[in-house]
Amino acid sequence: MNKFTTDRRSLLKGGAGLLAAAATMSGDELLGYAKAWAQTAPWKPEPGAKINLLRWKRFVEAEDVAFMKIVDAFQKANNVTINVSNESYDDIQPKASVAANTGQGLDMVWGLYSLPFLFPSKCVDVTDVADYLGQKCGGWTDSGKAYGMLNGKWIGIPVAATGGLVNYRVAAAEKAGHKEFPKDLAGFADLVKGMNKNGTPAGMALGHASGDANGWLHWALWAHGGKLIDKNNKVAINSPETAKSLEYVKGLYDNFVPGTASWNDSSNNKAFLAGQLHLTTNGISIYVTAKKENPQIAEDMNHAHLPPGIDGKTRELNLGFPILIFTFSKYPQTCKAFTAFMLEPDQFNPWIEAAQGYLSHFLLGYDKNPVWTADPKTTPYRSVAQSASTPAGEAQMSENAAAAIADFVLVDMYANYCTGREDVKTAMTSAERAAKRIFR
Amino acid sequence: MSTVQTSMPVQAAAAGEPSLWLRLRANRNWAALWFMLPAAAFLILFLAYPLGLGIWMSFTDERIGRGGVFIGLENYQWLWDDAIFWLSVFNTVLYTLVASVIKFAIGLYLALLLNRHMPFKAMIRSIVLIPFIVPTVLSAIAFWWIYDAQFSIISWSLIKLGLIEHNINFLGDSTWARASVIFANVWRGVPFVAITLLAGLQTVSPSLYEAATLDGATNWQRFRYITYPLLTPIIAVVMTFSVLFTFTDFQLIWALTRGGPVNATHLMATLSYQRGIISGRLGEGAAIATAMIPFLLAAIAISWFGMQRRKWQQGSNND
Repeated sequence: MNKFTTDRRSLLKGGAGLLAAAATMSGDELLGYAKAWAQTAPWKPEPGAKINLLRWKRFVEAEDVAFMKIVDAFQKANNVTINVSNESYDDIQPKASVAANTGQGLDMVWGLYSLPFLFPSKCVDVTDVADYLGQKCGGWTDSGKAYGMLNGKWIGIPVAATGGLVNYRVAAAEKAGHKEFPKDLAGFADLVKGMNKNGTPAGMALGHASGDANGWLHWALWAHGGKLIDKNNKVAINSPETAKSLEYVKGLYDNFVPGTASWNDSSNNKAFLAGQLHLTTNGISIYVTAKKENPQIAEDMNHAHLPPGIDGKTRELNLGFPILIFTFSKYPQTCKAFTAFMLEPDQFNPWIEAAQGYLSHFLLGYDKNPVWTADPKTTPYRSVAQSASTPAGEAQMSENAAAAIADFVLVDMYANYCTGREDVKTAMTSAERAAKRIFR
Repeated sequence: MSTVQTSMPVQAAAAGEPSLWLRLRANRNWAALWFMLPAAAFLILFLAYPLGLGIWMSFTDERIGRGGVFIGLENYQWLWDDAIFWLSVFNTVLYTLVASVIKFAIGLYLALLLNRHMPFKAMIRSIVLIPFIVPTVLSAIAFWWIYDAQFSIISWSLIKLGLIEHNINFLGDSTWARASVIFANVWRGVPFVAITLLAGLQTVSPSLYEAATLDGATNWQRFRYITYPLLTPIIAVVMTFSVLFTFTDFQLIWALTRGGPVNATHLMATLSYQRGIISGRLGEGAAIATAMIPFLLAAIAISWFGMQRRKWQQGSNND
C-alpha cells in the first residue's frame, strides 16, 4: 500500500512519521499530518472560522467515512469548524441556488456537473488552488479545465467525476454473441438487440434522470457527430447527424426493458441488483453494492466505456463533481485551504480508494492509485476524466449549457421520438426551439 | 395615557368647535384602522409582496444569483409558442378537472355513508382521514413503489394471477402515467372532501327528513330536495379549495414522475420549478407561475359568484 505519489513530500518540514502512507494513517497520525500541512500551506485559515459545506449524499458509504475523516483532521489542525450537510443529487442545486441568490447560509458547495457555471459571479476565483494542485498532482485533464475554468479563471475545483459507464452482465453479453465488449456503435446496438432476444434486456434511463439520462444521451448525440451548440454557442441541434443519433437511440430503446421512459437516477440500480436488468450505464455504485449484498451478480458483471463514435473518439458526459466557494463567505482562506487539503495525495488517495471507483480523478497523477488496478473491474473508471466532455461539448462551459442540462432539452428530444410522441423532424425542431430559448 | 396629556392643550386652544384631532379620536373608523393594521401588515408582507414580486420577476430576465432587467413581455412571448408550456397547461387543466370531479363524487358518497348510524362510527370516520394525514411526500414515495416499472405490486399480483404477462408501464406510458398520478391525487384528496361534506350534512336538521318521510318522499327525493340544496354552500367552498389545491399540486408529481414521461405529467407548477429553480431562469419560472393566476381567479370567481346567489345558498328557486 505504499505506492503513493511522493513528489509533494519533499515540501514537508515534518519528520519521518509524516511519510507514513496515508491509507494506513490512524486518526492521530492524520491529525499530526494535517497540522504539519497547515504550517506550510499557502492559505492561512481565519481564526475561529465556521464553514457551512453542502455536499451530495454519498452512494458509497466508505467514501463518506473517508471524507469525514479528512474534514475532522482539517478541523482539529486548524481549529476551525466545518459543518457538513448532505443533500440528494436533486436537491443540491436548488439549495445552492437559493444560497447564491440570498447571499447567505452556505460557504462551500460540493455539487454536480456545472454548478459553478449557474452563478459564476458568486464563485470565488480559485485559480491559485487549481495551479497549486495541478503542479503537485500531475496536472489537470482537459475535462478538468473545462469543468473548472471560465474565461481563464478557475471558478470551481473539479474534485472528481463519476463515470456513467456501461455496467453489464458478462454471461448475458456472451450469450448474445459478444465475448468482448463491442468497440463500435453497430456492435453495441447488436449487443443490446441480442440481449433483448435472449430475455436478458438492457435499459438506460430516458426519464428526467439528471445523471443517468443526460449522460448516455449526450454520448449518443456526440458519437454521431451531432451537437447542441457549436463553438460559438449557436444552437446547432437540428442536423442530419442528430437525426442519425435519434434513429440509433430509437433502435436501442425498442430493445430496452419496458419503462425506461419513467426511470429516475435510482431505477436502473434497483433493477440491475434485482437481476432484471442486464446492461445499463451507471457509476460504479451498482458493483460496490453487489459485492456486499449480491456477490453472484458482482462476480458476473463488468464495466466498459461506451463505444467510440463514428470519428473513432469516445466522448462521454461523465458526471463531474466541482466544489465552489461563495464570494459572500467570510472565510475564503479557510475554504481554499480545505479544498487544497482535500485533494492532496495524502488525503485524496485513501479517499478514492474508499470510494472503490465511484470517484474518478481529474488530476493525472492519481492514475497511479492502486484502486484502479487491484480489481480489473474498476479499471475502466480510471480514465473517466480523459473521455469526459462538459455539457457544452466543443463550446466553453457556460451558464446556458448548464441550464440546458437542467431543463432536459436533449433528454426530452430523444424521449419524444423514442416513445413515438413526435417524429424525427418535430423532435429536433422542438429541441432547437427549447435550446434557442435558453441560448438567447 | 400619553394621549390624554397631549390632547389637553389642544382642547383648550380650540374652544367651542371640536378640533380635527378630537373628531378623529371620536371616530370609530379611525380606531378600526389601527386595529386592522397588524393584520394588513401581515397580508401585505406575506401575500401581496411575494405575489407582486413574482409578477414583476416575470417581466425581467432575472436568473439565480443575479438580478434581471425589465424585458417586457419577452418571457411570455417565448412561452406563447412553447409546446411544452401548452402541454403543461393542458395537463394541469385535465388533471384538475378529472381529479376534482372524481374526488367530489367519491367524497360525497363517502360523506353520505358516514352520516348514517353504524357501529364504530367515530373510528371509521377517523380512518377515512388517514390518507390526508400522511405527509404528501411519504404517500408519493409509496405510490412510486406501487407504480414502479419493475417492482410494482400491482403488476406482480396480476402476473401471479395469470391476468397479464408483462409489467404494466405505469409511469412510462403517457396515458397510464396521467391516470396514475390522478389516482394518487384522488386518493389523497378524497378525505378532505368527505369529512368537510360530512360536517355539512350534520347541520341539516333531522326534522326536515322526518317531515319528508311523512310526506312519502323516496330516498332519492330526500337527497335531491333536502340534502343537496342545503349542502350547496359547503360544496361550493369545498370544491373551490379542492380545485385550488389540485391546480397547484407539486409534490406528488415531482416525487412520482418529475413531469415525465416526455412531459406528459408536467403541471404548470412543476414546469415553473424546473425552469425557475433547477435551470436557474427565475424570470421564466415566474412567468409560468404568473400564468396560473388567471385560471385560479376564474375558479375562485365561479364559486364566489355562485355563493352570492341565494339560490345556491338556500337551495330554493328564489333567485
